[in-house]
Amino acid sequence: MTRSAQATGVAPQQSPGAAPVAFAMAAGHVSLDGRPVLRGIDLRIEAGEVVAVLGANGSGKSTLIRALLGLTPLSSGSAELYGVPPGRFRDWWRIGYVPQRLSVGGGVPATVREVVGSGRVARQRRLRRTSAADVAAVARALDAVGLTGRAGDPVGWLSGGQQQRVLIARALAGEPDTFVMDEPTAGVDAESQRHLAATLATLVEQGKTVLLVAHELGPMAPLITRSVVLRDGRVLHDGAPPGGPGHHPDGAVHDGVPDAAGCHPHPGHEQARPHAYDVAGGPMSPGATQ
Amino acid sequence: MIEMFEYDFMWRALIAALLVGLAAPAVGTFIVQRRLALLGDGIGHVALTGVALGFLTGTAPVLTAVLVAVLGAVAIELVRARGRTTGDVALALLFYGGIAGGVLLIGLAPGGSNSTLTSYLFGSISSVTSQDVWVIAVLAAFVLGVVVIFGRELFVLCQDEEVAKVNGLPVRFLSLLIAVTAALTVVIAMRVVGLLLVSALMVVPVATSQQVTRGFVTTMLLAMVLGVVATVGGLTSAFYASVAPGAAIVLLALLGFVLALGVGKFVRRGRTQECSR
Repeated sequence: MTRSAQATGVAPQQSPGAAPVAFAMAAGHVSLDGRPVLRGIDLRIEAGEVVAVLGANGSGKSTLIRALLGLTPLSSGSAELYGVPPGRFRDWWRIGYVPQRLSVGGGVPATVREVVGSGRVARQRRLRRTSAADVAAVARALDAVGLTGRAGDPVGWLSGGQQQRVLIARALAGEPDTFVMDEPTAGVDAESQRHLAATLATLVEQGKTVLLVAHELGPMAPLITRSVVLRDGRVLHDGAPPGGPGHHPDGAVHDGVPDAAGCHPHPGHEQARPHAYDVAGGPMSPGATQ
Repeated sequence: MIEMFEYDFMWRALIAALLVGLAAPAVGTFIVQRRLALLGDGIGHVALTGVALGFLTGTAPVLTAVLVAVLGAVAIELVRARGRTTGDVALALLFYGGIAGGVLLIGLAPGGSNSTLTSYLFGSISSVTSQDVWVIAVLAAFVLGVVVIFGRELFVLCQDEEVAKVNGLPVRFLSLLIAVTAALTVVIAMRVVGLLLVSALMVVPVATSQQVTRGFVTTMLLAMVLGVVATVGGLTSAFYASVAPGAAIVLLALLGFVLALGVGKFVRRGRTQECSR
């Protein structure tokens, strides 16, 4: 794992029309506590795509990306990361994972800089001191999410939206070429949403691969090249993003997707890992603008 | 003040206290962040079985304690990783098994009785031999080495295990490493404060430190300073006041915590505390 920082900026570039497959799943089934959550997912995401996975609570969208990363085992079917099953995947530096929320753990404080700096771990060797490249990457990541001024503060002092930006900065710091974000906009204030959209725009410009789970796209909508809508663990829609750039200034995702796509939460279908933010379903209600 | 340096046993005790004061809070910071604050207690109870096993088999109790404590720590980690039994129930089972096993085995040992175990339960730092000091020094060096070499990875692991996995870190190995390191720390601290109070040295300095610090590394370093102040200070006051050293050390650490609570309130005052839901 001795890649120079420059090697990372290179988005997978191969002969035109033959972009490598970043994520693939064939007939993927997942059961959590005996309950089927994914029921036969077939999916191929090529490098350079910007894909949003949409769907209601309990539709399996978070489980889908977790299964693609190998965090949740498949009960049948297969998944691949850049052509390799997650269990045998070695190039983890390529992946920048943004979990749903910052884990507080046992309450030992950590500064914003420490958490963002930990995103370099896949690129650092044991017994190596923090290098100038590490410091520079962390500074760039903090700058990208607008938190340079808070670098010395404990993450616990930050608002939910700011914490989400810390998680994104942590992924950015590792300089991966592929980003996987689990509900980056859930429960995030308007300012943080704008920061997220601006960061995402930069990533798209750089040709990075982005796979994100969202309940609502908000200002990110124009950047999405493809949407995958899940319902009850199956792919309901796979193709053009709902609405499309410029069509729906309010960015509400339910437009262009059949209402049955499950943009409104089904109370009886709460997932095993409930999304604390989503239960009210407020942001998805027609007319909600964020 | 000079008087205590005239005794060889006090020199040995001071060295042991210093090493334990450094090692226990260093591991403790990761353990607390991992929500395993009671892990040290669980391992401590299991180690008692190891001590009794040493008496029964005529082996050095420290060695059998290391062996059994490491096995216990690995068992706790495996149960935790399976996730079927919650961590606290798994720990509780070990508490009972460890104490019962220790008492049962010591009764079988020739000439052994529960009072044999007392010095291990509550510590007997003044009876530390020079061989003990060497064992403690080697184990402490190992513990601190683990923190230095794997600290960066352990920080990610203790922060969020899934993020550690997606960063390609050897999650299972690191989890076992932290459990084994905790087990060794327990055995080191056993002679100083006793198995029943071991965990206090892993947890209390960290809890004290995090009242006033902002970052993980500063929390750990301050906890190590506080740990040394507690062990060396407690030992010294125990020498002059003729009280039990283990208890004096732990009470001194707790006193520090109470003081830090007040200081922490003062430090935090005026800060805009934004809380996310």
